[in-house]
Amino acid sequence: MSILGNRVLRKEDPKFLTVGGSYVDDLPLEGAVHVVYARSTMAHARIGGVDKSEAEAAPGVLAVYTAADIDLAPIPNGAPFGNPAMTRPWLADGVVRYVGEPVAAVVAQTRAQAVDAAEMVIVDYDPLPAVVDPEAALRDETLLFPEAGTNLVMTFPDALAGIMLPAEAADQDEGIFDDCEVVVARRIVNQRVAPCPLEVRAGAASWTEGRLTQWATTQAPHGVRDTLAQSLGVDPTAVRVVSPDVGGGFGAKIGAYPEELFLAWISRALGRPTRWVETRSESMTNLGHGRAQVQDVRIGGTRDGRILAYRLDVIQDSGAYPAIGAFLPMFTRTMLTGVYDVPKVYFKARSVATNTTPTVAYRGAGRPEATAAIERAIDLFAAEIGMDPADVRRRNLVGKDRFPFTTPTGTVYDVGDYERALDLVLEAADYKSLRKEQARRRQSGDASQLGIGLSVYVEITNGLPGSEFGSVQVRPDGKVTVRTGTSPHGQGHVTSWAMLVSEQLGVAVDDIEVVHGDTDVVPRGVGTYGSRSLQTGGVAVNQAAGQVVEKARQLAADLLEASPDDVVLDKAGGRFHVAGTPAVGRTWSELAQAAGEGGLSAETDFTAPGPTFPFGAHVVVAEVDTETGRVRISRVVAVDDAGRILNPLLAEGQIHGGIAQGVAQALMEEVVYDEDGNPVTSNLADYEFVSAAELPAFETIHMETPTPLNELGAKGIGESGTIGSTPAVQNAVVDALAHLGVRHVPMPATPERVWRAIAESRAGGNS
Amino acid sequence: MKVSMTINGRSVDADVEPRTLLVHFIRNDVGLTGTNVGCDTTNCGACTILMDGESVKSCTVLAVQADGASITTIEGLAEPDGPMHPMQEAFRENHALQCGYCTPGMVMAAVSLLQENPSPTEAEVREGLEGNLCRCTGYHNIVKAVLAAASAPGGPK
Repeated sequence: MSILGNRVLRKEDPKFLTVGGSYVDDLPLEGAVHVVYARSTMAHARIGGVDKSEAEAAPGVLAVYTAADIDLAPIPNGAPFGNPAMTRPWLADGVVRYVGEPVAAVVAQTRAQAVDAAEMVIVDYDPLPAVVDPEAALRDETLLFPEAGTNLVMTFPDALAGIMLPAEAADQDEGIFDDCEVVVARRIVNQRVAPCPLEVRAGAASWTEGRLTQWATTQAPHGVRDTLAQSLGVDPTAVRVVSPDVGGGFGAKIGAYPEELFLAWISRALGRPTRWVETRSESMTNLGHGRAQVQDVRIGGTRDGRILAYRLDVIQDSGAYPAIGAFLPMFTRTMLTGVYDVPKVYFKARSVATNTTPTVAYRGAGRPEATAAIERAIDLFAAEIGMDPADVRRRNLVGKDRFPFTTPTGTVYDVGDYERALDLVLEAADYKSLRKEQARRRQSGDASQLGIGLSVYVEITNGLPGSEFGSVQVRPDGKVTVRTGTSPHGQGHVTSWAMLVSEQLGVAVDDIEVVHGDTDVVPRGVGTYGSRSLQTGGVAVNQAAGQVVEKARQLAADLLEASPDDVVLDKAGGRFHVAGTPAVGRTWSELAQAAGEGGLSAETDFTAPGPTFPFGAHVVVAEVDTETGRVRISRVVAVDDAGRILNPLLAEGQIHGGIAQGVAQALMEEVVYDEDGNPVTSNLADYEFVSAAELPAFETIHMETPTPLNELGAKGIGESGTIGSTPAVQNAVVDALAHLGVRHVPMPATPERVWRAIAESRAGGNS
Repeated sequence: MKVSMTINGRSVDADVEPRTLLVHFIRNDVGLTGTNVGCDTTNCGACTILMDGESVKSCTVLAVQADGASITTIEGLAEPDGPMHPMQEAFRENHALQCGYCTPGMVMAAVSLLQENPSPTEAEVREGLEGNLCRCTGYHNIVKAVLAAASAPGGPK
């Protein structure tokens, strides 16, 4: 019986449950000194001078560094294809551009001493006007980088035409709505949110005989290694990056941050190991934020529900130093039309710098923004023509016989059956009964109104091309070591990859060790992000396992003096023998010993032929108190199709977590700045991190449409839940109030916003 | 200041700075790193431990306030090399953890919750764990695990 597709419990768990994980700040590091950063209290100011004398004289302090002390080239991880005049310095150099930006690094014997001394660093600020609103930033009245002459980072698709897109990619706007009987337009804010992994950023660095070991809480250790080598001007072989247990990432720990890279430079300068861990308050203003798009949506079609044209204009807030966030409208464009067959489209995006924390990838990274826009647009269109939103969706879905399907923006979807996902979710939710209950409450004027929100989504996973490394080695004791270039931080690869190898080798999952997150042990790797791991790294491990089986078969044939074609692997016994004569054979252990030094092994680098496109449909039921504006989510019903599922237990876990973050964005979470650029949500008391009390149990329904793009039939699962749930929640809130004339409630749909939407509508306004 | 307490059955005596938080004492002085720090405002609960049998957020207790107390951390919930505590077992069986960072605190909070209310409803579990944040699981399997532990043979009834 195959182990694949079974609910195998995680190998990782006993350690986490009995002694806890080994995160960077848990690691002992003999003789390490502590680094704390003094940070900007201003959103935008010239630095008149930094007086570090008092801090330098404080007890236990070894050194205080500012920009003037650093001999490193600028940080090599800005926005791809962005404006080079907006490159980030290691420490604020002459100007601070957001609250929390590191200005000085204080090094002391103890962390407490470093914290105290950082308070003594006196920075003379000459305030400049701050620009927080991305639309205001586009007016270029206040420039973050005067030498750039503009706050505009880049424009899409133009910036990528001829690079990542065909040269003729610029979309045509002329008259795309001319044939439409109905056109609806709306401004939608996809608000800035904080990724909030439970483990904040931390790092440690130590040099031994000219070689650096860096401990990093990252999703991509090999990338951190290369960035460090480039920054420090050393060969990558002189750098070892170890990513031990990582307490969540959600996209925000893909790249390396200046504070952690700088530890290596300090360690080299002082000849001492260094370590650093930020506080949550520091994290809330320095770990990159997500989303932050202002969208102008326009949708048009016929009165009987056919969508004919769709236009999306995006302003992407990149924050003060353009990073990957500035680039993400690329993916918004990729997924522009979602699951719908829309003949005419137009897309334009502008990324712009503001005096705020830089934006990065956050669970979905550009795709939730695309889905939120079109799913809200479909509901607006349905409301305008008075048609059930489920019917409008069904009318416009890409049919299952049309794959591979090329969208108007040139994206090629691998495979899908969107109508079936919609059918399944409507049936599971009992959509008709919900509508009846809604009608009953509307009729009776119940204070608690029922909202039914829908979304049907498709998303891109493994969206950036790249290979992934995997190796399988059978040791002389018959146990197996697997090395992977993926870098799990909760996803369960140690278990999943062991399942893949167990399936092929017949070795028990418990006897298979999976090694990751150490660049000295795993020679190459890309990492874990963009829902790429199983379809790249998992496939690589699977292929390596297959190669090991073939090598072992050859070796067994030699030893048994038989033809390899006649030698079979008895997986139940973990042993090769000649077909028909099971009495004589060779075990994995015997073969590994016979193979000599290092045992039997194989390694592969797998490059997928293209991205895959998971899809699904969500129904959310919201109870909205029309007197207080409070929203309670009573049901989330989710159909998610990520191709063939390796371990349903882990796949469901990914969906659950995704849904929670999606609900949180729709209802609760938002990073807020005041008009001077002061963050007002810079800790977990002020930021509305979702808890168990605000969420219901989730109803998840499996659907499996294998992708033809890899031998496992697997697509990504990490981000789907977030992408599907956010618009379903927002649509549910609006739907609850539709009979009152409410057409839109901005995210997050806080009680105040819901209450105001109701009040405005009752006052005769148009919300 | 001198402090003396029992941690996971072992007596510990130390001289600490008065401002030392209990969580830092447990992690840095005693070397038990299972208890994590996830925030600086007592919101996340990653540092939850049992102090004289009651769950407390150890970032909000000074080490000196724990003088004379009996402390249990995740490392002390089960006997070393013995079977896991029913709550630990329920977390594993129900995939109630992913990255593991909130897990020690979440388990300790859940143990305390069932001590106070051995047969909670789902809503009571959700309310009871409101002070413990998790970013990975969406709480679905955590709630399931706590309910499973409550009804497990030999578990709280």
